[in-house]
Amino acid sequence: MAIKYTKDHEWIIMEGEIAVVGISDYAQEQLGEIVYVELPEVGKQLDKGDEACVIESVKAASEIYAPASGDVTEGNQDLDGAPGKVNEDATGEGWLFKMTLNDPTELNDMMDAGAYKEFVEDLG
Amino acid sequence: MNNQKAPKTEQGLKQTPLDALHRESGGKMVPFAGYDMPVQFEAGIIAEHLHTREKASVFDVSHMGQALLKGDNTGAALETLVPGDIQGLNEGRTRYTLLTNEQGGILDDLMVTNQGDHLYLVVNAACKEGDFAHIQDRIGDVADLEILDDRALIAIQGPAAAAVLSRLQPSVETMPFMSADAIDIGGIACFVTRSGYTGEDGYEISVPAADAETLARLLLDEAEVKPAGLGARDTLRLEAGLCLYGNDIDGHTTPIEAGLSWAVNKRRRIERGFPGDDIILSQLKDGAPRKRVGIKPDGKAPARAHTVIEDLGGNTIGEVTSGGYGPSVGGPIAMGYVEAAFTDPDTSVNLMVRGKALAAKVTKLPFVQQRYYKP
Repeated sequence: MAIKYTKDHEWIIMEGEIAVVGISDYAQEQLGEIVYVELPEVGKQLDKGDEACVIESVKAASEIYAPASGDVTEGNQDLDGAPGKVNEDATGEGWLFKMTLNDPTELNDMMDAGAYKEFVEDLG
Repeated sequence: MNNQKAPKTEQGLKQTPLDALHRESGGKMVPFAGYDMPVQFEAGIIAEHLHTREKASVFDVSHMGQALLKGDNTGAALETLVPGDIQGLNEGRTRYTLLTNEQGGILDDLMVTNQGDHLYLVVNAACKEGDFAHIQDRIGDVADLEILDDRALIAIQGPAAAAVLSRLQPSVETMPFMSADAIDIGGIACFVTRSGYTGEDGYEISVPAADAETLARLLLDEAEVKPAGLGARDTLRLEAGLCLYGNDIDGHTTPIEAGLSWAVNKRRRIERGFPGDDIILSQLKDGAPRKRVGIKPDGKAPARAHTVIEDLGGNTIGEVTSGGYGPSVGGPIAMGYVEAAFTDPDTSVNLMVRGKALAAKVTKLPFVQQRYYKP
């Protein structure tokens, strides 16, 4: 499955049964230089829209919301020593966490890459 | 992600004389103290911060309030509002002082320069209207306050600042720290003080608004110089242990609590006669119930302003007033107020961040050694 985006600027990509979650390139640009990522604990149960983790930029702390409901299976430990990966490669090496999905249909109303690009352009 | 995008333009915001230059230079503009100000340029806050510590950066601080105080005895008049020694301030010298209130709190911190037959004041942007009204109200009958709203203020900060500025005006090279001079820079009549808000050597240059962009371009044309925004200004001053008015000091913090006892002049301690003198002098003698300290989190997570500080037993002992990431330190730093029993360096405390206790230690300020020019 291809990448899907939320209106809150998170993305999700399915790797088999597991969803990989991160923030969009637009989001990292808005946040500025990221200096710390507070990853969710493995096993944490998330409902769609819950605060999943926190990204600290030089300027401020920002909450990242769960794009879908499920359980956290892994956090991106590489970010501990290199949080700037989120700036450098937001939709690749800068992924935040992986999770199971309780209800894969929750992804249906998310945007594909083209729709998200238009969404961001409309934000100005 | 929570949407925290600032609007590109906001109604009612004032522009500084360098507004067009900021936009041309890729400045990311945000509202600050009623002005549209660059929070950063293309390099980003960390790069701008590190460049300032390594070479030199230009900051637009035109939003700050500038004024002259004229009259026969302005030093004595201003001393009725501040605990500093203004009458003893020599011509061509600058001093940091505080407008205090009757409760011993701080209305604002400011720079006062003796310009010969008058005083030159620089106050904080967010406080300037209140400050000027206060000064007018309290000493307007004996001193004439002339607000300079037709001047810009440009800071050049960093170890290369002296080399850069002396290429344009050689006389600035040997100016002592906290001295001031009216001089031409590139043919522009400027008023220069050797001071700043970064912990580095540098100058603040008051310039007529119409000449501000010309001067800024002259500085930015020098190889060592890059523009820096308010974001880097904040991380630089935090590392240097300098107070931000409204965060680290305000109407409810006294100079003694804030660790600014040195700004309460020896003669004034005896003569008194400044607002809040009873409270301030009794705290000076008996100690303050709380003090401003540096705080170094043990881990990597920053603790921001208003983070609660607890002792190891879970009792609240204070609050962070400024906190974030220190680019030169390479990790999180903070300062805040703690009860007097917890002010010793290396005291272990907990910072309550998002419901979790983060271990931290009280530490001496500054985090990065100040490098002011001492001839």
